[in-house]
Amino acid sequence: MDARIRIRNIKSIVFKSVIMFLAFLVTIPLIVILIYIIKQGVMQVNWHFLTNVPAPVGETGGGISNALVGSIIIVALSSVIAIPIGMLAGIYLSENPGTKLAHYSGLCVDILQGVPSIVVGIVVYFWVVKPLGTFSAISGSIALAMMMMPIVIRSTEQTLKLLPDTLKEAALSLGVPYHRVILKVIIPCGFSGILSGIMLSIARIVGETAPLLFTAFGNPYLSTAITKPMQSLPLLIFNYATSPYDDWHNLAWGASFILLMFVLILNISTKLITRKWNIQL
Amino acid sequence: MEHSVVSATKFNAWFGDNHAVKNVSIKIEKNQVVAVMGPSGCGKTTFLRCINRMHELIPGTKTEGSLKLYDDEIYSMNPIYVRYKIGMVFQRPNPFPNLSIYDNVVAGYKLNGLKMSKADMDVIVEKSLTSAALWNEVKDSLHKKGTFLSGGQQQRLCIARAIAMEPEVILFDEPTSALDPISTSSIETLFHELKTNYTLIIVTHNMQQAARVSDKTAFFYLGELVEFDNTKKMFTAPKDARTQNYITGRFS
Amino acid sequence: MPLLKNKRLDLSYSQMKWETVFKRLLITMSAVLVMVVVGILITLIVQSMPSIKSLGVGYLWGKVWDPVQNIYGAWPFLLGTLLTSFTALIISIPFSYAISIYLGEYNTRGWLSNLLKNTVELIAAVPSVIYGFWGLFVLVPVIRLLEMKMGVAPYGVGVFTSSLILAVMIIPYAASLGTSLIRMVPSPLKEGAYALGATRFEVIRSVILPYTRSGLFAGILLSLGRALGETMAVAMLIGNTSTIGNSFKEIFFGPGNTMASVIASQFTEADHTVYLSALIELGLVLFFVTVIINLIGKKIITNYTNN
Repeated sequence: MDARIRIRNIKSIVFKSVIMFLAFLVTIPLIVILIYIIKQGVMQVNWHFLTNVPAPVGETGGGISNALVGSIIIVALSSVIAIPIGMLAGIYLSENPGTKLAHYSGLCVDILQGVPSIVVGIVVYFWVVKPLGTFSAISGSIALAMMMMPIVIRSTEQTLKLLPDTLKEAALSLGVPYHRVILKVIIPCGFSGILSGIMLSIARIVGETAPLLFTAFGNPYLSTAITKPMQSLPLLIFNYATSPYDDWHNLAWGASFILLMFVLILNISTKLITRKWNIQL
Repeated sequence: MEHSVVSATKFNAWFGDNHAVKNVSIKIEKNQVVAVMGPSGCGKTTFLRCINRMHELIPGTKTEGSLKLYDDEIYSMNPIYVRYKIGMVFQRPNPFPNLSIYDNVVAGYKLNGLKMSKADMDVIVEKSLTSAALWNEVKDSLHKKGTFLSGGQQQRLCIARAIAMEPEVILFDEPTSALDPISTSSIETLFHELKTNYTLIIVTHNMQQAARVSDKTAFFYLGELVEFDNTKKMFTAPKDARTQNYITGRFS
Repeated sequence: MPLLKNKRLDLSYSQMKWETVFKRLLITMSAVLVMVVVGILITLIVQSMPSIKSLGVGYLWGKVWDPVQNIYGAWPFLLGTLLTSFTALIISIPFSYAISIYLGEYNTRGWLSNLLKNTVELIAAVPSVIYGFWGLFVLVPVIRLLEMKMGVAPYGVGVFTSSLILAVMIIPYAASLGTSLIRMVPSPLKEGAYALGATRFEVIRSVILPYTRSGLFAGILLSLGRALGETMAVAMLIGNTSTIGNSFKEIFFGPGNTMASVIASQFTEADHTVYLSALIELGLVLFFVTVIINLIGKKIITNYTNN
């Protein structure tokens, strides 16, 4: 008996060790990649790098200012499109859970979340690029907005569903009309949850390349015109990394470093904000 | 003939197919405390929520019959205006967690975009908190959020919030059932003071409370208003057998 | 305050107007979502029409893709997609499960648990193009050496390399879902087993894993859906070749293409209608497959959490 029990205990310990080994092994690729990007990229970053456009082939120097500005503009535009639509749809879904529209709309949110990013790019190409006759920043923003929306919608919906009904009741009993109850009571109380959803959606799309391949397309010059092609950080990384020129590789490393740092900071801030601003109910 | 503040004539309300309030007729007079009691599911809370038109906010509900505030049909008035004139205090204290105590009291004005000078708002805040017997306890922390207050204090804050709107009637939906005995008794004392300026309708599960605080009591059973009389008389010599059974604890 | 009284009466009427406007706005925005999804489907179908009409269904298992000669067969890409996705899945599953079991059962709270949880979430946060970039400069030379040792043509890039990176990228999806599911296993069930003298391993094996089996399967589906749609890292590491090798070794360790990566590489070069349309038809297939997999996965999870 004793021997059998000992064997079973040993099995349990071995199992736990294997599990822990495999689980923590996963951290190694991430650490390796992070260190490599930081090592290669941090050397590239200086004031010149941030304020100049890429140099033509053959010349050294240059920077990624067109991609930085481009990313900011495209992401800002996407947010302007996706956040209002996303929040309003999220409000509808949390307030009217039983209706047919809520059922189909919720289904479409799930579908949209699963659509591959390249397919989104194809579709927006036909919706915006072809009619406009040119690649453009706005088409890229529309594609990215379509990817942001499901995240904003679901986090808004889930945050609002967690709020107690008594909150709405208190406001309604004071004669506050429904739209003000939502806008001035419910949303402020759910603010941290909604904000973290928005930040996560931005972190998600700021590194997306595929939807921009045939929409924003990229631009070797700094441009702020939204109806013209525009460069963005991930596009630059993709194009320059796969080019045969060392100078361009260096630019891509610098850009990767900046993009990675931005994504990491966004993710960490989101976690801190959710913890700090959680309104006690 | 005294002018009734709230009067119902053959009033009915449904939850979908469930006929929750059946042919209720009642006249409630000004500056009185009226207790509404009855076993669970008797329709008392539903009836209460019809008075300030909160019942219709649930999908699939219906009402029929006359329900008046003074001479005006409540269901023909603008529901928002109805709720200005008829305030409500709920079972669980529900101050707005993201607003300060000060802002909670004037929430009815601020959330509605009703502009007032700071001086006027200060007056209303002090007046309402005093009437709710909370002023001395919070006057130095008006701009803190109300979450540090005890349950009883939070409920008094909700009462102050309702009073600030200067309603005619204040409805209470089991206002002390979530509170400890000491808070409960402080709020019951408050009812006595409030009735000088307002008419109070209190739904309560607690018969002893109804006997303690009210001038008149209404007894609901299975959706019908079985008896409505002076509280003393109702508890000592009820007219209806069902009232008698409820009071003596045959069913709850 | 009689003045305020009249203001309140007027205000209440104007506010009722905004009520309807607001409610309609909410409904419209939700409808927008439905329109977007329907729009995606319609656009994909309409733009695939030229290819569907001229190539027919045989396109899906046509083995040759030669745009120059106007021959379009999608089999190389279907093969590439299946190989990369399933290889990545097989490689990632032990790790995803290990993380789920560790975070869900052995260590649900505390600094070490949070550290691992956050690290895994960061893996999902890293943009795909950065994985591709790193893979190109670090992983590919290593694989090249490996292939030389194995006696295979030392491309470095190829199906195998992309599968490796893909495996890392999809670990977080099954892992985070698995963690939540395992944490949801009711304590009474586990306690009953412990009370009978089971070891931790035995409780995991005979209580937790069977209980969460369907949910964990859904996690695999979600990871698979992600792998199928992954474009950039694969495009950078798979070698952009549309021919199929002659042996399994050649196919697996040599360059290839997936549906997503060929669209990314060739979309802007497609100069005639059928070429473009053939690529879009790939997008349509990709759309259907990923959507169906995701919906099935979500359905399984809803059923699981409702029980």
